[in-house]
Amino acid sequence: MWLDALTLQLGYNATLVALGAMFLGVAAGVTGTFLFLRKRALVSDAISHATLPGVGIAFMLMVALGGDGRSLLGLLLGSAVSAGFGLLCIGWLTRFTRLAEDAAIGAVLSVFFGFGIVLLTIIQTMTAGRQAGLEGFLLGSTAGMLWNDAMIIVVGGVLTLAVVMALRRPMTLVAFDPEYAAASGLNVARIDLAIMGLAMAVTVVGLKIVGLILIVAMLIIPPVTARFWSDRTDRVVWLSGALGGVSAFVGAALSAAAPSLPTGPIIVLVSFAFFALSLLFAPSRGVLAAFLRHRRFQRRVHMRQGLLALAQGQPIYEGFTLRLLRRAGLVEKDGVVTDQGKARAAKALRDEKRWELVRADQALEGAAALYDGLRALETVLTSDQIEEIDRRIGGPKGVGA
Amino acid sequence: MSGAEFVPLSLTPLLIGVFAAIACALPGNFLLLRRQALIGDAISHVVLPGIVVAFLLTGAVSAWPMMLGAAGASLIAVGMIEAIRRLGKIEPGAAMGVTFTAMFAAGVLLLEQTDTSSVHLDVEHALYGNLESLIWLDAIGWESLTDPVALAGLPEELPRIFLTLLGVAAFIWLFWRPLKISTFDPSFAQAVGVSTGVIGLALVVVAAVAAVAAFDAVGSIIVIAMFICPPAAARLMTNRLEVQIAWSVVFAALSAVLGYVLAGYGPIWVGSNHAVSAAGMIATISGLILAVAAMFAPCRTRSGAPVG
Amino acid sequence: MSIALATDHGSPTELGLDQSPLAVRGMTVSYGQKPAVFSVDMTVAEGAMTAIIGPNGAGKSTLLKAALGVISPLAGRATVYGKALKGQRHRIAYVPQRASVDWDFPTRVIDVVQMGLYRELGLLKRVRAKHVAKAMACLDRVGMTDFADRQIGQLSGGQQQRVFLARALAQGADLYLLDEPFAGVDAATEKAIISVLKSLKDEGKTVVAVHHDLATVAEYFDRVFLINTRKVAEGPVATTFTAEHLNAAYGGRLAMAQIDQLDLAAG
Repeated sequence: MWLDALTLQLGYNATLVALGAMFLGVAAGVTGTFLFLRKRALVSDAISHATLPGVGIAFMLMVALGGDGRSLLGLLLGSAVSAGFGLLCIGWLTRFTRLAEDAAIGAVLSVFFGFGIVLLTIIQTMTAGRQAGLEGFLLGSTAGMLWNDAMIIVVGGVLTLAVVMALRRPMTLVAFDPEYAAASGLNVARIDLAIMGLAMAVTVVGLKIVGLILIVAMLIIPPVTARFWSDRTDRVVWLSGALGGVSAFVGAALSAAAPSLPTGPIIVLVSFAFFALSLLFAPSRGVLAAFLRHRRFQRRVHMRQGLLALAQGQPIYEGFTLRLLRRAGLVEKDGVVTDQGKARAAKALRDEKRWELVRADQALEGAAALYDGLRALETVLTSDQIEEIDRRIGGPKGVGA
Repeated sequence: MSGAEFVPLSLTPLLIGVFAAIACALPGNFLLLRRQALIGDAISHVVLPGIVVAFLLTGAVSAWPMMLGAAGASLIAVGMIEAIRRLGKIEPGAAMGVTFTAMFAAGVLLLEQTDTSSVHLDVEHALYGNLESLIWLDAIGWESLTDPVALAGLPEELPRIFLTLLGVAAFIWLFWRPLKISTFDPSFAQAVGVSTGVIGLALVVVAAVAAVAAFDAVGSIIVIAMFICPPAAARLMTNRLEVQIAWSVVFAALSAVLGYVLAGYGPIWVGSNHAVSAAGMIATISGLILAVAAMFAPCRTRSGAPVG
Repeated sequence: MSIALATDHGSPTELGLDQSPLAVRGMTVSYGQKPAVFSVDMTVAEGAMTAIIGPNGAGKSTLLKAALGVISPLAGRATVYGKALKGQRHRIAYVPQRASVDWDFPTRVIDVVQMGLYRELGLLKRVRAKHVAKAMACLDRVGMTDFADRQIGQLSGGQQQRVFLARALAQGADLYLLDEPFAGVDAATEKAIISVLKSLKDEGKTVVAVHHDLATVAEYFDRVFLINTRKVAEGPVATTFTAEHLNAAYGGRLAMAQIDQLDLAAG
């Protein structure tokens, strides 16, 4: 059954929803990357919670105008308006009061959400309109979705994705280096606004599928996951889009095949699984790699410090350093330095002396910047340059260098 | 309104609301100043998986295991956020976002997969709470306050949230100096021997305990709103931490009382006979208080603070 | 031999390591994969004023923080008056960089100075008149009594630095560690701070400051500690603050013309 789902052997609507979710996932992953790189990931949390009053008010308005209040387009429009108002409130609080952005985000999300709940409880008591299903906006529900609604999601997903693609260059520039972007004539404020607008569009379109509490995950988790795999902005953008698309598609398809699995949580958990794998196993930024690297680095530091201390006849205070030296056969159990130890120590000291000259030499500034106490000079300078250094070390002792 | 009506129907929800609001606002002050306001947001989301797991393990909806489960989930969440932030070098906001959405999603999924039809455990309840239902049926009027038999019938949430409030207040009072020093100047704090890491973790744990106890009674919306709105409004009223704490307590209590009353009686005044969500209304009122403070409070801007 | 190695300036025993207010041995601190401080030994001389100097990013502040246990080192250790740091914190006063705190924090000048009394007051001891008087006396020493009730956000950079110094004075310590006390302060503040530091020295206290301005080293300090990830040299200004050592510490970053203008010891 799951295989059927993944290969789209679903009903017509479910297929549409899965495809719509995928487009939306790509758009969310890409948009979210810009939010993440601008260090404003949680603004999306405020945006999504701030949609709720809009849903409620739109429903009430549509009922007041004689409808049954079920037009998805109308509800989404309302949610967009109130999310936009929430964003304005955050901007206003951070600009005109001393409150920091995190406080503004928290205040807006909780108050708007609380007010939205008040409206929902009013709606529950209304006799007109068909309010059943409004709770679906909290956690998302695609079960029993109408063809019209599915189309809205597909079209919304495609449109959002198209705008993201069209604006990706300037957004990348701004996310990477806002000052340079401003200097090269881009209107940073306007592009930031576009990023926010897109985040809002993703939220609104995704509201029905994922629900407002979890939609923020689609904007946050894929970019964070992608960041583990690359340091280049453009690659992070694409990777995040791909991760978002795959997670959303798999999630929506699985949930369509097994109706007891709610769409939103499944999408989020699929996406989190990618994240957890990346956090642990990504090649350079992953936890495992970082841990091994740190261990190696710590050993190199202790080894080098131990060798320098040996060469200069200084005492070694650290037990770990001594253990390392012993294990490498550089020091005997009784503390006597072996011949190999003496040789390595002498080499370390010579390297250190060479470095000291290099770092005092204005002409070798480029090489000097690479000094980290560990790097062998041979990896930085040519053998000719090192010879020259050695001549200068020997200089004062020798005859008229 | 007579005592015969007020005491059984409104006194206990009001008190529970006020205690819950204050218990969250107190640690909220420090979270706000430490730029960790959204930790409250994260905690309130992960409470759901905590109580669901507790329910699955014990098979019953009983308060203590659920509070333990929720507290455990908060600790796991805080640990995960720290791990992602440090090990993955991810900015705190994004680390929080990843953690609480994933945990909340897991909670919803577990809940949907479990047969909870026989018990009162669902997502809506987790969000809204049921403040309105925490009534004191054994009371017949003010005189019940001195009647041991009636007092025995108090909703159990009341003593629980009251004890929590006492605990939170005691923590803040006892560790006032290290909290203040480590919030203002962490490196100085460490240099004088304050364990800033322990203090920071203790603050989050206390916040989590407050959140869990409040959540149990009033749902998670109030929890987030009370962590942030009263302290934020209070910060705009004064430039002294002691005074800020006092204002935050006043604002929290005011939000709870006004919110509860408006939710219960507001609709009646406009001619409807259905009450609206008290939790939502309390959050709304706290937002209105913050809005007013942001427009008129004496110390609302960085530069506009009064001299002296 | 032209290269100054750590051992050239006296062995630990000569300098009385056991009694030194602050002795650092084999200290390595790294942020990520690049050590900011590598295998540094430092022996602070008692009753003297020592400047820690070196180029930007040379690990000056890092060394101070690691010695104080504010950040944890990869290797190495520090002793305070010959003992482990833990039991000796009451003998140290620390002035962090001014920029390291949020000056919008809701508190008054006098409250900040009273933070210096933390070890004396502990968790719960009541602030009595004598504590307030002590804090006021410390404010008086830095010329800030009129500002006691001000909100700290309203102070100028120089005033903030003086408040930090007053807080350190309130600690009543024997060893004063200051991280860039003169960064971004006005001339009057600089004068006030240095006169307080000199009076501390006259009382027999030990002062160590991360310092930026090479032009004032000889005027303000007795001893210098030059660092650029590695220790370059340490010793009295008269013999250690030389063009050769400066060149070794700053490399190409300090033009010879600048060095020529300094009031250097004949190296």
